[in-house]
Amino acid sequence: MSFIKSKFHHPRIPTNDLGLNYRDYEGSLSTLCAGCGHDAITSAVVQACFELSVPPHQVAKMSGIGCSSKSPNYFLNKAHGFNSVHGRMPSVATGANMANRDLIYLGMSGDGDSASIGLGQFSHVVRRQLNMLYMVANNGVYGLTKGQLAATADKGVTNKAGELSLFTDIDLCIMALQLGATFVARSFSGDKKQLVPLIKAAISHQGFAYIDIISPCVTFNNHKDSTRSYDYVHEHITTAAIADFVPMKKEITSDCASGEGEDICLHDGSLMRIRKIQDDYQTTDPMQAIVDIAKYKKKGEILTGLFYLDPTATHYHEINNTCDMPLNQLTQDALCPGSRVLTGINNSFR
Amino acid sequence: MKTTDTSSYHHFLKVVDCQQACPAHTPVPEYIRLIAEKRYTDAYMINWESNVFPGVLGRVCDRPCEPACRRVRVEEKPVAICRLKRVAADNKDDIYPYLPKVPTQKNGKRIALIGAGPASLTVARDLLPLGYDIVLFEQDMKAGGMMRSQIPAFRLPETVLDEELNYILNMGVEGHFGEEISSLKKLLQANFDAIFVGTGAPNGRWLEIPGHEQGCTNIETGISWLSSVTFGHTSSIPKRVVVLGGGNTAMDCCRTAKRLGAEQVTVLVRSSYDAMKASPWEKEDAKSEGIDIKPNYTPIEYVIKNDQFIGVRFAQVESVYDKFGKRTLQETGETLLVECDQVLVAVGQDTAFPWIERDIGLRFNKWQQPALNKATLQSSLEQVFFGGDAAFGPENIISAVANGHQAAISIDLFCQGKNTEDERPESGFNLVSQKMGIHDWSYQSSIDHQARNLVPHISWDEAVKSLNTEVELGFDEKLALEEAQRCLNCDVHTVFNESTCIECSACDDVCPMDCINFVDVGDTDQVENADAQHLLSQLRVKEINPDQELLVSAPLKTGHIMIKDEDVCLHCGLCAERCPTGAWDMKKLVIDNIGATIK
Ligand SMILES: Cc1cc2nc3c(=O)[nH]c(=O)nc-3n(C[C@H](O)[C@H](O)[C@H](O)COP(=O)(O)OP(=O)(O)OC[C@H]3O[C@@H](n4cnc5c(N)ncnc54)[C@H](O)[C@@H]3O)c2cc1C
Ligand SMILES: Cc1ncc(C[n+]2csc(CCOP(=O)(O)OP(=O)(O)O)c2C)c(N)n1
Ligand code: SF4
Ligand code: SF4
Ligand code: SF4
Ligand SMILES: [Mg+2]
Repeated sequence: MSFIKSKFHHPRIPTNDLGLNYRDYEGSLSTLCAGCGHDAITSAVVQACFELSVPPHQVAKMSGIGCSSKSPNYFLNKAHGFNSVHGRMPSVATGANMANRDLIYLGMSGDGDSASIGLGQFSHVVRRQLNMLYMVANNGVYGLTKGQLAATADKGVTNKAGELSLFTDIDLCIMALQLGATFVARSFSGDKKQLVPLIKAAISHQGFAYIDIISPCVTFNNHKDSTRSYDYVHEHITTAAIADFVPMKKEITSDCASGEGEDICLHDGSLMRIRKIQDDYQTTDPMQAIVDIAKYKKKGEILTGLFYLDPTATHYHEINNTCDMPLNQLTQDALCPGSRVLTGINNSFR
Repeated sequence: MKTTDTSSYHHFLKVVDCQQACPAHTPVPEYIRLIAEKRYTDAYMINWESNVFPGVLGRVCDRPCEPACRRVRVEEKPVAICRLKRVAADNKDDIYPYLPKVPTQKNGKRIALIGAGPASLTVARDLLPLGYDIVLFEQDMKAGGMMRSQIPAFRLPETVLDEELNYILNMGVEGHFGEEISSLKKLLQANFDAIFVGTGAPNGRWLEIPGHEQGCTNIETGISWLSSVTFGHTSSIPKRVVVLGGGNTAMDCCRTAKRLGAEQVTVLVRSSYDAMKASPWEKEDAKSEGIDIKPNYTPIEYVIKNDQFIGVRFAQVESVYDKFGKRTLQETGETLLVECDQVLVAVGQDTAFPWIERDIGLRFNKWQQPALNKATLQSSLEQVFFGGDAAFGPENIISAVANGHQAAISIDLFCQGKNTEDERPESGFNLVSQKMGIHDWSYQSSIDHQARNLVPHISWDEAVKSLNTEVELGFDEKLALEEAQRCLNCDVHTVFNESTCIECSACDDVCPMDCINFVDVGDTDQVENADAQHLLSQLRVKEINPDQELLVSAPLKTGHIMIKDEDVCLHCGLCAERCPTGAWDMKKLVIDNIGATIK
């Protein structure tokens, strides 16, 4: 069993604006099961951060409990991180984000972590519009505890042990759309061509971004009857539009025929370039997105891609009118401005 | 693009860069692993079977394997493959019990070998166990060819050479030493079923520039001078020596001259220092011994004044390369006179066949080389075969050995009345899984990042004082074991099975070297019809090394194919460890008949 990966790398891999190659964005070697979809998500995060030239030390990786929540250990080992309690990543992320609004917050959770024990936390962090990327690795089970059905499992499926899913499944994308998330997408761990641009756009998005990533649990939910197995997903996945991320500094050359393309400008000037596959596809109406998701589900298909994006979104700091300076950088002078200011405040209440 | 044919060993052998580069296809990683286990005798025997002279080659081989070593593509220096071979030779036990048995009942076929160099001796070694009678003719009193007459003892001790020659001679060679073959016609009339010519390239080239005739007493070819030193006819040298040429012969000449007491030894070569033909380590050793190497000088005249030999005059030149990389030498206008008492000319060697009559049906080409079938080494006289330097001009020991194997196969086929070209045996092969447990391999799969170890040597001051003291000391056990860990086990292959892959991308995600790719074939379901450009444009690292192999799978369930770029694979086994279905396995290549793989 190998515990480390060779530090040798391909002599011709590219470096980014910081002079780093993608290997510099890796973490320790995964201890998840061989073939776990979560490892592919890890590698998509690595690739996205490398391509965006994100300085690793300006990232905070936040997670709860589960195999998926272990994943942050396997990417960006030079970033900050907090592996919190089961289902409580949103609170801890909120606290961290309050203290330092300058970091990039990457939340990594599971469908058990977010749709069961942490559902309340999840709802409120969406509602709060925290400026973060919230990823859920959706495998339909509690992988870490050996494959019990998760609340996302489709009604009527059985897990590997034969347990029948009796209740309606929770679709976290639909919830996120209802609760006001300003960037919502679904993707598949096995489709990095789709996933990497989505992660890059979500990181660039200033607001709450949610990506639900179908991520097969190869050990406990890859059997014949599963609707989250590699084979099932490969066969039933469909996409409404292909989204490419065009960073701000890159010269924009359109490679899609006129009419089919749509560019959405993000806060930092980068673009989300959309190539429609379904004619009625659009990214501006959350309610329509909910209908589409449900419609495809009824047909037995899994709709993926960018569902909704509000490029003019605001986030928690803006809504609350907090100061621009991250709280953790405020000096004692600013935090304790002295008795004169205190008197002024007190007087304002008289 | 084609799905890779994995039904023969060819793809896999090419991936083992060192083994592929070795003319005799020595299973390098296999013997290095045995050294790592301190199984020196086994390591020696693996070598002996393919390269016949491991103790000799562990010291003086030209090492085509080392520049080929995959390690130079991922870090600075190759594994010290040659030095490790010597470790096996130095530390082995008695190997006589493991030598092939020679049948007492002969097969009735008699083969004559001319010359007792490495080429002929390899033929002898391969044919004796098959029951052939081997009759060897050598003009010198001892076997070894240029390994004895040319390669100085400070690089190759006589005891090492004798030991390895005796393994073969003691297998029952009928040796006729001191017997020069002066007529092939006569030999053809003697009762031999086949004749192998391994007479080397014995003629040193002269430089016929002005003064060549008058200066002849002060000028000698390097190779005749070196053999006269070896055989004790020369034991002194004047004070000031000039060596002309930049190959290994020049290096042996200058270092030998220094040992005989020359005070001022200068090597002048017309190429640049970097372009000199000598192996880099030979140049470095010569410099360490205080030899002055002057590149970019071409000799124009032997200077003689009043019947006195003064020295050699040179024109300074510059190497200029055209866009095809072809070199021309342009004179700078400067000249240089180097005064000296002795000139050793080491500018090349030629074959010499005055003893082969031109009316016996053996065809020669326009360069006066025998016309040979490259695959069989058979000449236009069907019972006469050539190998080693005699066949294609001066090469090196390991090429002579490889030719010996090739010729032995041909001779064996010929003596059985078979077609030497069409009926050549094809080697069988096996791929043996190295799996020991779910995530455990029978080889050291983790990668060692250490730099190459330097081989210890005696002090340079001591070295130049003695003609026969070996300069290199070889690796001790500690260094050997460390160096062995640097090998990347390239013979333990990543073998892919399309039918079990579920396309989870675990292997391509984990690979530290970006070898593995799952690509879309476009609008076709046939790999053959896919646009190669379209496939290659999807690789993780698009700039591929054209000299290296791609492993291309058949279409998978989704229609994608797997393309593995073998170029910089570390054989670390992570892909196979992370594959949930065992679609990758680490399997060791075992070739049944290495001789038959030499083409
Ligand atoms: C100075 C020098 C240094 C070298 N150093 C190296 C080195 O470090 N590493 C390396 O790999 N290679 C080296 N080589 C090259 C290597 O020695 C030869 O390539 C190799 O020995 C060729 O082997 P062979 O069997 O073809 O012939 P040879 O070794 O040349 O043997 C031919 C034999 O045939 C005998 N012979 C010739 N004609 C007749 C005849 N008519 N009748 C009977 N006998 C005959 C000769 O006496 C000789 O013994 C060196 C060569 C030279 C000149
Ligand atoms: C408070 C608490 N309750 C229950 C558990 C047991 N537990 C650990 S992981 C897990 C479910 C994880 O499922 P998910 O988030 O889907 O992650 P996966 O392993 O599937 O990636 C549970 C219930 C716990 N660790 N803590
Ligand atoms: S149990 Fe499932 S989710 Fe956890 S590591 Fe294994 S495959 Fe991945
Ligand atoms: S053995 Fe597998 S993981 Fe390791 S370098 Fe080679 S292809 Fe990559
Ligand atoms: S890890 Fe195995 S199953 Fe997964 S993609 Fe690679 S070869 Fe296929
Ligand atoms: Mg889960």
